Parts: sequence; structure tokens; C-alpha cells
Amino acid sequence: MTKALKRTDLFWLAFTGLVALAPLVPAVATNSFFMHVLILVLLYASMAQAWNIIGGYGGQTSFGHAVFFGIGAYGAGMAVVTYGMTPWPGALIGIVSAAVVAVLISYPCFKLSGHYFAIATFAIVEIFNRMFLVWDWVGGALGLDYMIVEEGLANLMWYDSKTGYFYSALILFALVFGIVRFLEGHRFGYYLRAVREGQETAESLGVNSTAVKLSAMALSAALAALCGAFFVQYNLRVDPAMVMSLDMSMKFVLVTILGGAGTLAGPLVGAAVLVPLQEFTRAKWGGLGGGVDLIIFGLLIILIVVKQPAGITGIVRDIAKRRGRKAAAEKGGASLGTA
Amino acid sequence: MALLEVRDVTKKFGELVANDRVSFTVEAGAIVGLIGPNGAGKTTLFNCASGLYPVTSGKIFFDGKEITGLPSWRIARMGAVRTFQVVRPLKDMTVYDNVLVGAFLHDANTARARAAAEESIRICGLSEFAGKVSGELPIGVKKRLELARALATRPRLLMLDEVMAGLTSTEVKTALELIRAIRKEGITLLIVEHIMEAIMPIADKVVVLDGGLKLAEGPPGEIIHDERVITAYLGEKFSRRMQARKEGKADG
Repeated sequence: MTKALKRTDLFWLAFTGLVALAPLVPAVATNSFFMHVLILVLLYASMAQAWNIIGGYGGQTSFGHAVFFGIGAYGAGMAVVTYGMTPWPGALIGIVSAAVVAVLISYPCFKLSGHYFAIATFAIVEIFNRMFLVWDWVGGALGLDYMIVEEGLANLMWYDSKTGYFYSALILFALVFGIVRFLEGHRFGYYLRAVREGQETAESLGVNSTAVKLSAMALSAALAALCGAFFVQYNLRVDPAMVMSLDMSMKFVLVTILGGAGTLAGPLVGAAVLVPLQEFTRAKWGGLGGGVDLIIFGLLIILIVVKQPAGITGIVRDIAKRRGRKAAAEKGGASLGTA
Repeated sequence: MALLEVRDVTKKFGELVANDRVSFTVEAGAIVGLIGPNGAGKTTLFNCASGLYPVTSGKIFFDGKEITGLPSWRIARMGAVRTFQVVRPLKDMTVYDNVLVGAFLHDANTARARAAAEESIRICGLSEFAGKVSGELPIGVKKRLELARALATRPRLLMLDEVMAGLTSTEVKTALELIRAIRKEGITLLIVEHIMEAIMPIADKVVVLDGGLKLAEGPPGEIIHDERVITAYLGEKFSRRMQARKEGKADG
């Protein structure tokens, strides 16, 4: 047990070191493509971590997170484009709406068992996609294009340098990871995992599993919406295909599963592997007609799911375990030799 | 006053009557054994009392309040907690985390819940397994985990479903000592058990079920002399021997 504690301590030391050094990155990184990749890693890690709350810790596979992401994106986008405000109040409304929509969708599904939840969330993406395509108030199929406004934190918008976005993404990342880290060590986190491992067992111990799942879903959706608001501020445009698509939903799921669902480090690991891969292949082979990155994406996921469903963090854990066993065996052999 | 009262409970699965108008009480502070042959409806009755199954008819009261139809988590929060005959560890979580989930029921504070979990782990002799992932444990340890987890909730009524089945005789002995210690803490126990040698010495009262019906209810000393119980459950051989002894007495 002390050994396990030491290992997590080491992880946290490395992690804090990384975060502490991160603000210095813009000073050394002058390449804007590199900055772009870093920003996306932080964004995708945050998105995946938001999904991880309900999908990883809670064990409820949601394919609907593009809807919550989209609602957040549209909230910020409409505040700026339609109403000429700063994105903040719009983002806030988006976050609250996403949580409400998430609860409304999930409540009937959570009463059913098995894959109903996954299927229902799948359908909801299509419904919202079509609805937003024909809804004039939100910009319809054309979407919303940002006009030129003053750059800075108030508008969460920068034109020449990506430094502002990098810091914003870093804050987003720290916030989302901090929340999940906090939950992991408290009653809610334990209850969430208990519900994943055995709903009836958890209930026999006094856990109101429906309430636990619904709160996890609401929080997960709210954080996904926050990520969406950042995404639209970074892209300066939004349309239904960009945010409310199964493609986008899949990214929430795949980044987390690749890294390791239900672990704190998993979403970051997944994003750190997938985003550079996606951006580099897109830059290099984008001329082939697009989709090369998705092919690699798909192959990688198949490999992971077949080889180690616990993702990259699971592979690392296995290696550490095997090494520990080997070391113990060698130690045992040595003591035998002396005897 | 009865802490748990089962009143005319009937449970049907389609046409199959698993419990047929069963009534009994569990007095506060007592150890009550629920016995009977396989298929007698013991576990079904447990599932009804703990809120896992809805009853077909009848009522169940806990501490004077009706709990019929309440969800199991609500019954657990009132202080009636059960274990499962087929062990249900939260597989991917460690023994410690399993017990901690139980401990959170009476205290949301992480530090205090941890202390309670540690105490429960120690009492149940699980200290050496605390850091182990619970899905990989041998059955005897998993059984103790069921008990430790339920105990960590600090229940008023602890309902144990065959916690001693499949244990070695030494393990049974340890389990019995543990059950006595739990009772000393002021916790009332309702125990479903197959092993007669285990339940008879510790129970204050035994309820016998057969084919869904209550056959008898009384102190163990009376139950082992009850003809119907002997025929239905304790066995023909045992019954014949009892008969022979009786006739011998009559002759002499």
C-alpha cells in the first residue's frame, strides 16, 4: 500500500511540475502550429475528462456529449454574434442549459439498464443536429461567423498570437482536472465508481444510484459545454456540423478510452497521443481527401480495445506490475541462493 | 419492540409462490436465524425485506415505520443493511475502497469515513487484503468483505445471507465469534444460514421456512424438537433417530 502511495505521489509531483512549467511554454515556443497542437491537447484533455466523469468513473457510455459541447459553443457564439455581448454570459447560459438537457435526456434512460442509455444518447445527437440546422434563431445551416471585436480576456479572443488561448486552455484544463481530482477523493467519487461496479450492491449500501448518475451527468455535460464555449472562441465560427455531430461525440469517447477510462491521467494521455497524431496527419496527408487521420484513429482504437481495454494507462500499469513481480522473483531467487 | 416486522408477506414470480403469507418479528438486540431447505424462499424474503424485490402482498415494518415498496437505498439509510449470498464485490475497487463506500453511509466526511472503514476492516480480519483489488480474492475473503462493507455502514439491523456457506470449519468458528462481537455492539442480526451447527448455538430465535410457508418460529431448543421441522428440514434419518429415542423413552 505504501508503494502504491509513493507511485501516485510521484505522478502528482510530475504533474504539478508540468503544470508549473506550462506557463513558460509561450516564451520558448514561437512556432504557431506547435502552439495550436498544445492548445488542442489541453482542450481535448479537458473534454475527455468531462466525459470521463460519467463515462469512465460512472461507467455510463454517453455518445451525446457533442450536444452539450454544442450547446456551450452556441451559447458563447450567440452572445457574441447575435447579441453583441462578451461570450461569458452566453457561456454560462450554455453551461446551465447543457446540464438541464443532460438531466432531461438521462432521467428516463437511467431507469432502464444496459445499453439503452448509450443508444438514446446516440439518437439525441442526430435530433439536435437536425434541429440546429433548420433553427434560424441559432443561425441555421450557415452557422455563426464572428465579426472583428476587441481582443483580450473580456472577449476571450486574440488574433495575432495564440498565447492568450494557451493560457485560457491551461486554466480550463486545470479547472476540469481539479474538479475530477477533488471528486475522486470524496464520497461522490466513491459512490460513482460503486454504481459502475454494481448498482444493486451500491444501493444495498444506501447509495441513491439514480441521483448519483444524474448529478454526474449534469456535471459532465456542464463541463463539456464549458469546453464548447472555449472551442467556439478559438475557431471564431460555429455551425451544427462542427460541434453537434457524432464525429465530435466520438472524440469525447475515444480520447478517454485510448488514455484509460475512469482514471485521472487517462484523458490527458489520450489527448497527448491522439491530437498530435490527428493534426500532423491532417497537415501531411490532408491532400489525400481527408479522413486519413480518422483511419489511423480507428486502427489505434481497435488495437487498444483488443489488447488492453483499460487504455494506455492500463498498459503502463500492467508493465509496472510485471516488473514488480519480476523484481520480487529475483529477490526471492537471490535469498534462496544465499540460503 | 420488534425492530423488523414481516407481516403476511407473499411474493409470487408468475405462478410460483416463493413466499406465502409469511409473518415473523426480529426483536431489537437479538440474533434471529432464518433457516429452511433449498428453495424455501429465504433469500426471496431477504430480498423483499431489503427492498430489492417488491412484495406481491403484505407489509414490512422497520423500527415501527412501514418500508414496504421503499427502494433498497432508502431502507439501507434507515439502518437495515444486508449482504448477498452470491458475493458482490465492487470488482475493480480495492477491499479498502469497497468498505469505504459502506462507511460513507453514516459519515460523508472522508477522514472519518476512512477511520470507520479501517476499523471495520480490522474487525473482520481483512487488514492484509486492504490494498488488494476485490475481484481477485478467494471466496472466504470475499465473504468477509461482504460483512465488513455492511458493518462499515454502522447498521441497526444487519441481514446476513449465508455468510458462512463455503467456509472451512475454522473460518466458520471465526465468523461466529465475529457475529457475537457484532451483537455486543448492539446491532440486531437476521441471519439466513444452512449450517445448523453454526446458527443453533448463537440464535435467540429461529424462523423455519419450507416451500414458501413459515413452518415454525421459536427458540432453537424448541425448534430442534419440532416434528414438522424435523420432517421437512432436519431430515428423515434425524427424525427417525428422534422417534426411536422418544419410543425408547416411552418404553422405559
